[in-house]
Amino acid sequence: MTDATAPETDRSTPPAATRGRGGEILDLVLLPSAAILLALVVGAVIMILSSPLTRGGFNLALPWTAYVALVQGSFGSFDAIVSTMSAATPLVLAGLAVGIGFKAGVFNIGAQGQFLMAGLAAAAMGVATAGLPPVAAIPLAVGAGLLAGAAYGFVPGFLKATTGAHEVVTTIMLNYVAIQFLAWAVSGPLRGENVTFARTETITTAVLPVLFGRDGHLGIAFAAIAVPLLAWLLFRSTLGFEIRTVGANPHAARYAGMRPRAILILTMSLSGMLAGLAGVAEILGKVHHIPAAYSTTVGFDAIAVALLGRSHPVGILFAGILFGAMRAGSGLMQIQAGIPVQMINVLQAVILFFLAADLIVRAVFRLRSSGESASELQTISASYGGGGTA
Amino acid sequence: MLHITKRYPGVVANDDISLDVRAGEIHALLGENGAGKSTLMNILYGLAVPDEGDVLLDGRPVEIDGPNDAIHRGISMVHQHFMLVPVLSVAENILLGDEPMANAILLDRAAAHRRIRELGESFGWKIDPDEPVGNLSVGWQQRVEILKALYRQARVLVLDEPTASLTPQETREIFEVLRRLRAEGHAIIFISHKLYEVLDIADRITVIRRGRVVGSRIPSQTDEDDLAELMVGREVQLTVDRGESHPREPMLVVAGLRVNDAKGREVVHDVDFQVRAGEIFGIAGVAGNGQDEMVEALMGLREVTAGRVTIGGWDATGASPRSLHQRGVGFVPADRHRYGMVLSFPLTDNLALNEYYHSPYARGMVRDEAAIRANAERIIAEYDVRTPSADVPGSSLSGGNQQKLVVGREFDGELSLLVLDQPTRGLDVGSIEFIHRRAIDRRDAGVAVLLVSAELDEILELSDRIGGMYGGRLAAVLDARTANREEVGLLMATGGREAVEAVQERAS
Repeated sequence: MTDATAPETDRSTPPAATRGRGGEILDLVLLPSAAILLALVVGAVIMILSSPLTRGGFNLALPWTAYVALVQGSFGSFDAIVSTMSAATPLVLAGLAVGIGFKAGVFNIGAQGQFLMAGLAAAAMGVATAGLPPVAAIPLAVGAGLLAGAAYGFVPGFLKATTGAHEVVTTIMLNYVAIQFLAWAVSGPLRGENVTFARTETITTAVLPVLFGRDGHLGIAFAAIAVPLLAWLLFRSTLGFEIRTVGANPHAARYAGMRPRAILILTMSLSGMLAGLAGVAEILGKVHHIPAAYSTTVGFDAIAVALLGRSHPVGILFAGILFGAMRAGSGLMQIQAGIPVQMINVLQAVILFFLAADLIVRAVFRLRSSGESASELQTISASYGGGGTA
Repeated sequence: MLHITKRYPGVVANDDISLDVRAGEIHALLGENGAGKSTLMNILYGLAVPDEGDVLLDGRPVEIDGPNDAIHRGISMVHQHFMLVPVLSVAENILLGDEPMANAILLDRAAAHRRIRELGESFGWKIDPDEPVGNLSVGWQQRVEILKALYRQARVLVLDEPTASLTPQETREIFEVLRRLRAEGHAIIFISHKLYEVLDIADRITVIRRGRVVGSRIPSQTDEDDLAELMVGREVQLTVDRGESHPREPMLVVAGLRVNDAKGREVVHDVDFQVRAGEIFGIAGVAGNGQDEMVEALMGLREVTAGRVTIGGWDATGASPRSLHQRGVGFVPADRHRYGMVLSFPLTDNLALNEYYHSPYARGMVRDEAAIRANAERIIAEYDVRTPSADVPGSSLSGGNQQKLVVGREFDGELSLLVLDQPTRGLDVGSIEFIHRRAIDRRDAGVAVLLVSAELDEILELSDRIGGMYGGRLAAVLDARTANREEVGLLMATGGREAVEAVQERAS
C-alpha cells in the first residue's frame, strides 16, 4: 500500500498566483537575504554580549565598528575588492561543484577531497613542466588538476550507480584518503629538495598570471566563466534538463527515457572537476606549491555556499562573494574592532542555521511559504535518513 | 452542523454549509474533489475549527477539540486510506489510542479480545484478534476499521469513500453492515462520488459544490444524471457515446509474461493477451494483483523475467522507455506523481518530458525554449488543462488537471499503442468524462489501447474486451458487449472461474 498517499494529494489546492516565478524569486533571493540579515543581528548580539570580557562594560557600538571594518576590508578599496574576489574564487567554484550535485539529487561532501587531489595533480604537473614555457605548462597543469578532480568525483558516482553505496559515506571516506595520499605523496616522491617543511617545489612556469591588482590571478576568470557556463548547462541544455529531472524525480526520469545512473556518474564527475578547478586555482594562482599538510576548509565551506546560493549558479556566485568578502575583510575587522577573525565562522554557521530552519526566517519576516522546502535540503535530509535517490 | 463557514487563504472551503444527520439514517455527502467534503468532515472530527457556525450534537452546541474528543463524544471516522498499522494485530489496532488497562501498567488483553470477538460475531464475522492486519484483505481491513469505531461506541460514523478499493461483492457486504448499523440507530455519513452507490444506500443525499450546498435529494426522487449535474454544475454525460470498434491486426502481443516484484517474488505468472489496433482491451483488477508490475514490465520500467512482448511485430521484450516512445507507444502511468510528471517543474518542461532531447525541442544539446513553450500551450489548450499559465509548477495544478496534462502529452502525436494504467483514479466526474472521451477518440483513430483499472465502471464503459487480473494471472476474457457488472466483479475477485461459470449459466 505504498501508493496509498498518491490519490490523497489530489485535493485540488487553489492554484495560487504567487507560485511559479514569484515563489522561485522568494526562494532564491528573499530567504537567503533574510537569513544573512538575521545572522548579522545574531552576530551583533554576540559581539555586544562578549564585549565586557575585554573592555569592561557593554559596548553597544562595537558591532557597527566591526561591520564597517568588515565592509571596508572587503570592498573599501581596489585592493580590497581584488582580495575579496581572490578569496571568493575557490568558494564559488567548489560551491558550483556541490550545487550541481544537489541539482542531480546527490550530496557531494567530497569537494574537499576532490579539491586536494586536483591541487596535488596540478602542483605535480606544474613542477614537472618547469622547463616548458607558460603557454604549455599552464594548460598541462590545469588539465592534470581537472582530470584528477573529475576522476575523484567519478569514483563515488560510479559506486553509487553500480552498487548503491551512498555518496555521503563514500565521499567522506574519500576525503580522508585524499588527505593521507597528499601527505604521503608530498613527504615522499614529490617532496621538494630545498624545503624546510614537507612541500613540493615552488611552481614556476605553470603559475597562473596575475591579471590585475596584487593577487587578481587568472583563476578568478575561471570562476567568472564557470558561473554562466554552468547556468547555461543546467537551464538551457538537454543534459542540464536530464540532471535536474534525475534530481527532482528519478522515477520520472526513467519513465522519460533518461538513464539516471549514467547521469549520476556524469554529474559526480563534473562536480569533482569543478571542485578540482577550485584546487587548481588556489594552488597555481595563490599558493604556488602544495604542502603535505595543506590545510583548507574550502570543500566544506562550499556546502554552505551552495545552500546559501540555493544551488543556482548565480546564487552561488553571490554567496561565494559574500563568504570571500568576509574572509578578505576579517583582518581589518580584527584590527579595528578587536573582533577575532573567527567571528566570520560564527556568522557563516548562523547563516546556515537560519537557512535550514527557514520556518524561523519566514516567521520573523512574515514570508509566505512557497509550499515545498528547498530541494537541496531535501537531498540532505534524504541522505541522513538513508534514503537513496537512484 | 449549522451554517459552517471555513476559509483558507484564498479560498472559502465551506461557505455556510448546514448538514443534519439523524440517528438511524444514512446520509450521503456527494461532491467533486475539492468541493469541501473533507474540510466539513475535518471540522466534525475536530481537526479543523470553523470560522463561523456551530456543530450540534443531540441538539446542544459542542466544541470538538481534536479527534480524541470527537471519539469520546461518539463520532468516529473511517478514512479512505485506512489508518491501520499493518504489523499490529487486529486487536492492537482496535485498541490503539484507547487501551483498556487491567491495572496501571498492564493491558487488559483478555477482556478486549473477548469484546472484539463478540462484536464481530454480532455481524456474523469470524475475526481473529491476533491476526496481523497486514495479512487481511482490503475488505476485511475495512471491517476492522468499522469494528474500531463500534468498539469506541460510535454513534455518528463517518465513512470517507469506503468502497474506493473494494470489489462489487465486498461493497455489497459492507452495505449490509451499514444497513444493520442504521437499523441499530447509528447516524452514518457516507462520502462517495460513486453515484449508483449513493442512490443504493443513502436515505438522504446532500450535494456540495465549491464549498456550498447545492442541493438535497431523496434517492427515490432523483437519478444519476440529476446528481452528476448538481455535482459538476453542468450537464454531464456519464457514459461516453461510442460506436462499434473496428479492430484490425494485433498490435500488442504478450506471451508467457512473467515478472517479479521488487523483492524478487514472481507476481505476474505466465500472462498471455493481445490488443488489436482500434480496440480497447480492459484489464480489471483490484490493486495489488500484479497489474502494476505487469504494466511496468511492458513499459521498460521493470525486468521481464520470461516471456515475449511484441508491438506491431517488433520484439519489444525489455525495450527501453525511450525506444518504446519512439515507436509510438503512449503511456499514462498509474502514479502520476511518481512517474508521470516532475511536480517542481513548470508545465512547459513537463509537457516535453519525454521528447525534450530531439527536434523541435532541442537542436543538438541546446534546448529550444520557444518550441517547448509552443508545444505546452498547444496541449494545454487542446486538453483543457486549467492553469493560469504554462510556467506554473506542476504541483500547483489540481489532480484532475495534472492528469489531463499527462494524458495530453501521452495521447499526442502519432501513436500505435496506448497504455492507460488507472487513468482516472481519484479524479472528479468532469475530468473522467473528458479523459474517457479522448481515449475513445484515439481508439477510433486506430490506436490499440490497453486499459488497466480497478474501477469497474471505467472498464465496462470503455472496453471492447475485458480480462480480469487476479493473483498475478489473467483470467477469462469476456466480450464487453455481453458482460455485466457482476461477471466482471467476479473476474476481479476470484480469477475468473466463477465468472466463466456465471456466463455459461446464463447462456444455458
